[in-house]
Amino acid sequence: MGNTATNSIESMSKNLQNVKCDFPILQKTFHGKRLTYLDSAASTQKPNAVIDCISNFLKNDYANIHRGVYALSQRSTERYEKARRDVAQFIHAKTPKEIVFLRGTTEGINLIANTFGRARVGQGDEVLISSMEHHSNIVPWQLLCLEKKAQLKTIPMFKDGSLDLSKIESLISSKTKLISIVHVSNALGTINPIKDIVEIGKKHDIPVIVDGAQSAAHLEVNVQELGCDFFIFSGHKVYGPTGIGALYGRYELLKEMPPYQGGGEMIESVSFEKSTFKLPPDRFEAGTPDIMGAVGLSAAIEYISEIGFDTIGKHEATLLKYAHKQLQQIKGLEIIGTALSKSGVISFVLDGIHPHDIATILDQDGIAVRAGHHCAQPVMDYFGVPATTRASIGIYNNEEDIDALVSALHHVQEIFK
Amino acid sequence: MNPEMKALYQEMILDHYKKPRNFHALNNQTHEAKGHNPLCGDRVTVYLVLDGNTVKDIGFQGTGCAISTASASMMTDFIKGKTIDEIEHLFSAFHDLVTLEKPLANQDKLGKLKVFEGVREFPMRVKCATLSWHTLKAALNEKDQPTSTE
Repeated sequence: MGNTATNSIESMSKNLQNVKCDFPILQKTFHGKRLTYLDSAASTQKPNAVIDCISNFLKNDYANIHRGVYALSQRSTERYEKARRDVAQFIHAKTPKEIVFLRGTTEGINLIANTFGRARVGQGDEVLISSMEHHSNIVPWQLLCLEKKAQLKTIPMFKDGSLDLSKIESLISSKTKLISIVHVSNALGTINPIKDIVEIGKKHDIPVIVDGAQSAAHLEVNVQELGCDFFIFSGHKVYGPTGIGALYGRYELLKEMPPYQGGGEMIESVSFEKSTFKLPPDRFEAGTPDIMGAVGLSAAIEYISEIGFDTIGKHEATLLKYAHKQLQQIKGLEIIGTALSKSGVISFVLDGIHPHDIATILDQDGIAVRAGHHCAQPVMDYFGVPATTRASIGIYNNEEDIDALVSALHHVQEIFK
Repeated sequence: MNPEMKALYQEMILDHYKKPRNFHALNNQTHEAKGHNPLCGDRVTVYLVLDGNTVKDIGFQGTGCAISTASASMMTDFIKGKTIDEIEHLFSAFHDLVTLEKPLANQDKLGKLKVFEGVREFPMRVKCATLSWHTLKAALNEKDQPTSTE
């Protein structure tokens, strides 16, 4: 079982030059042009290792998990629980018991808001987030604050898209019950200093939740080193399948949290009078989970771990620098988000040309970028733009892709000249 | 440039994008509505002076892409002097133009607006082309409602 996945990892060159070959979709053409995929911040493409692993799992090892007494169910259960161990190792959790599988980062934040948040935040209390959050780290807290008559506060940022940490202390009071903060901004690429923020949180006894949707594929995450209380990421942004994500929570906290959803598999015993619940992580996994998603995520983790974050980090940093340099040479182009500590997200505006027109024309050249507010409308408001065009990079991108983008942007300017 | 691109970004569309006509509020408007495409953040406000059933004056303001701005600009030029009934027909003809595969008989009266037929090759952009039309309709309905309650 899972042999193909292992084989394709073994046959994969450690050299990132050949990584493109691991992704069958990157060999396709659109409008007669080879696909230049620059939308990894929205979702990453899938390597053969993941595609084959899921396919083999479904062919050979799949059954519902946990309840079956038969061999196949045990085998499937083992794969699912191995995925949990792989995730724990991937983000350096103390134990796999600290990993809850769910649909993705959005569901993770909603879970925390609805369980931990609801128990902790009361009337007149405050929740602190940053001014560069994705809607998924704003709206769940707004809903909670509305319900509890609490207040949502935001840490401001500078014009380069980095957080103004000097303001945090003045925003914190005895009413602050939670800090929820994005690790890497999906709209700006800024890498936030999570350790510093956690330190401030610890000083005031405020738990810190980290939205890791944009970081897990690009930086080595060590939750123990970061010191955060919760960390959430999505499978489909780390070269794995959609529909699966993982939530890390310190076990002491998870243990005290009430269930999120009720159903099968999360209970110890049920009667019509009363039900008792299992310990975490099972308590938070009601119903049949996304078994093949977890197995696919496990293959994705294996795939990127094989390449290693040293290689990934160096490659993406070099490419980001190259992209900045090339793009800045385009007349009338302004990059939104130029923090010193930055991941491979390049948001930009082009004088007099709307991002939607840019994205449509780029698409004709086989280039996939995103245009819009990137689910971060407050960020757009702050920079005074209705939308930006966003190119975001993954392990498979190279200088050729950036050159294709630059040349297509000249093409856009020709049309609009 | 491939044929689809050429058809989408025609000279006339680019010209109306760069120099939108009737791009202002009105002092004496009788109707007004705001339109918003949450998908891309495009915003438009349409102002109208209605004299009986006829559009006497029209203006618009907002931010948007080339397709949505040019569409609003050309729409305002085109419907000045038209009656509400005529506008209803134009709206549905324009909608057909940008969404349907086969040109229909009702397309003739669209005149210059036919430059937008290239949009139908780009389903993601249909909302850009129709935002101002939907907003115009909302502005007109604003009048209808008080009328019907009276």
